[in-house]
Amino acid sequence: MRVAYWPGCVSRGFTPELHGSMALVAGRLGIELVELDRANCCGAGVIAEHNQELADTLNARTFAMAQKTGLPMMNICSTCQGAQSECQQRLDADAGYRGHINEVLAPEGLHYEKGITNKNFLWLLVEDYGLDRLRELVVRPLAGLRIGPFYGCYILRPTSRLGYDRHPERGRYLEQLIEALGATPVDYEGARKCCGFPVITMNRETSLRQAGRHIGDAIDAGADALVSPCPLCHLNLDLQQPDAAKVVGRDLGLAVLHLPQLVGLALGFAPRELGMSKHVVRTELVEGKLEAGPAPALAG
Amino acid sequence: MPDYALRIRRYDPESGRPPYWADFQVELDDHRSVLDGILDVKDREDGSIGIRCSCQAAICGSCGVRVNGQAKLACNTKLRDAQAGSDDGVITVEPMGNMPVLKDLIVNMDAVHWKKVQRIVPWLLPEGEPPEREYVVPAESMIDVTQSMACIHCGACVSDCLSMEVDPLFIGPAALAKAYRFVGDPRDAQTEQRLRDLAEDPHGIYDCTHCFNCVEVCPKGVAPMDQIMRLRRRATRDFEISDPNNGRRHEESFTKIIQKKGLLDERKLLQDSFGALRPQGQLQLLRSLPTGLRGFARGKISPRTALFHERLEGVENVQRIYEHAEGHAEEINMYILGEGETEDEKEPAMGEPPEPAT
Repeated sequence: MRVAYWPGCVSRGFTPELHGSMALVAGRLGIELVELDRANCCGAGVIAEHNQELADTLNARTFAMAQKTGLPMMNICSTCQGAQSECQQRLDADAGYRGHINEVLAPEGLHYEKGITNKNFLWLLVEDYGLDRLRELVVRPLAGLRIGPFYGCYILRPTSRLGYDRHPERGRYLEQLIEALGATPVDYEGARKCCGFPVITMNRETSLRQAGRHIGDAIDAGADALVSPCPLCHLNLDLQQPDAAKVVGRDLGLAVLHLPQLVGLALGFAPRELGMSKHVVRTELVEGKLEAGPAPALAG
Repeated sequence: MPDYALRIRRYDPESGRPPYWADFQVELDDHRSVLDGILDVKDREDGSIGIRCSCQAAICGSCGVRVNGQAKLACNTKLRDAQAGSDDGVITVEPMGNMPVLKDLIVNMDAVHWKKVQRIVPWLLPEGEPPEREYVVPAESMIDVTQSMACIHCGACVSDCLSMEVDPLFIGPAALAKAYRFVGDPRDAQTEQRLRDLAEDPHGIYDCTHCFNCVEVCPKGVAPMDQIMRLRRRATRDFEISDPNNGRRHEESFTKIIQKKGLLDERKLLQDSFGALRPQGQLQLLRSLPTGLRGFARGKISPRTALFHERLEGVENVQRIYEHAEGHAEEINMYILGEGETEDEKEPAMGEPPEPAT
C-alpha cells in the first residue's frame, strides 16, 4: 500500500516522536509513505477564521500535490483532517469556486480535481488496511493494558462533513483498534470531548480545565494510558498535564500515546524507539505492564 | 407495531430524592418521535413526568432534551433512529446539560440561556431617525445573517457546549450566534461596540474551543461556531480590535508565520500570541516557561526546533496564494455549499483509496 503522506506541522515540531514512530510503524505494516514535503500548513482552522478563501487555496495546493502522486492522501493529525475536510467540502461543492482557486494554483503547475481521498491513519487502518490484517502482524499483544481513546474534535464533528454517513463507525474506530491490538478500551466521559488546546493562549483556565478533567475521568475509569490520533490534543494532554493537574486540583500522571506508538508497541518496537521517552508524562507504567505480559514473539 | 425501551431521567426537587432512571416500554410506529414516546408514557403510565413541549414540529424549540447523551429536539428525533443510536437498544432521555434542572426533563432556560441572550443586547440599535417607510437593505446582507436568524432558541447548543461545561461564564454558542445576527445587519449602528465588547470579554468570542459540538447538535443548521468565527473575523480584519485575550494576536501571528515559513513554528506562535513586548505578554510567557523547560528536558523540544525553524521549500508559492487571497476585498463562497455546481457527476466527498498494492 502506498499513500501520499501529509505529516502536518506539529509532528515535525513539538511532537517529533509522532513523525518518527509513524515512519517506523508504516515500514513494519508495509505502507509506503510518499511524503508531501513541499506542502504547507493546513491552517488548523485559524487561517480559515482569518480568511476562508486563503485556507481553501492553501489546502487545495496540498490536495493537488497529493493528486500528482496518483495516490490517496493520508494524514496523522485529527486537526489536519478536520481543517482539510472543511476546505475540501467547499472546493468540491462548487465548480466555479474550484476554477477560481485553480487559477491561483496554476503558476506552480498544480490543479485540484474534486473528490480527493484524504484519511487519517486511524481511518486508513480500519477501512483500507484492515484490522484483521493488522492483528496478524501483532507480535506483542497489549494484553493487560487498559487504554482510554481520545479522538480529538476535528475527526469527530461535524459528522455530516466527515463521511460518517458512509462510515458510521468512525466514532468507534479507536476502541476497535485498541481491541485489535489486544488491549482493553476504557469507557470514560471525555473520550469524545475537547482537549482545550485551541484556546490555550486565549483562556488558559478553560483550556487546562478541559484537559485536566478528561485525564482525571480516564484515571477514575481505570485507564493506564490514553491514545490519540491528534498531536495537538497530545500537547494539551501530555506537555501541559502538570499544569492541568494544578488547575483541576488533583494528581494526574496519565501517559498519553500517539496512535502510531500504540500500534508500534504491539508490533514489537521498544518504547524508546517509538520516542516515548520524549513524553512529559512518564510512560513507565505502560512499559511495566507490557513487560509483565508475554514477550514479543517476533521483532522482524 | 415495534416496541421501544425508554429510560427517562427523573428528578423532583420537592421529593428530596436524588435523580434516578425510570424504564418504560412504548409500542408505536417507528416513524413516531421520541416526544411521542414520552407523551405516550405520560398518558398511559405516569402523568407526572415533566417535559416542556408545544408545536411538535421542530418550530417552537421547547422540547430540547438529551437523547442517548446528545442534545436534540425530542419531536424531531424518530424512535427508530434513537434506538439505532443507542448502545444497548435502550433510548436514554435526560434533561439538557449546562442548565439547572427544574423537574425531570425540564431545565431552567431563564437562568442560563435567556440570560446570555440578554447579555448580547438582542435587538437592533440603529442610529438617527428611522426612515419614513421601511429600511432598505441589500439582499446579500440579509443572506449573510439568515443562518443565524434560523435559531429557535431550543438550547441544544448551550446544553452540549464544551467550553461552557468548564466555564459557566462563557457567553456561549446561542447568544454569540444571535450577536452575529445584529453585527451582520447593516441597519445596526453599534457594530464596532458590539464586537469590541465580545472580543474584550474573557468569556466572549475567544473562549470558544472550536469543538464543533454546537454545529453537530443544532437542529436548524445555525452552525453557531461558524457565527463565532465570523464575529472573530469581523473583529480582527474589519475593525482591527485588539483584545486582552490574545485573540487577535493569535490569529494574526499564526497567519503571518505560515505566510513567512509555510509551516507552523510553535515557539514563535506562542511568543507572538502573548505579545512578548508587552509586560502582560512577558508575564504570560514566563508562566509558560516551565512547560517549555519540561519539553526541553524530555527532548520533545530541541534547540533546533526552538531557535531555528526552517522555511518550507517553495514557500514563495504559498506567499503568492496569500497575495491573491488577501489582495481582494470580497471574499467569495463564504456561505455557499453546493450552489453553483455545474458538473453532473456526484462524487462522494470521501472516496476509497485504490486496492493496496501488496
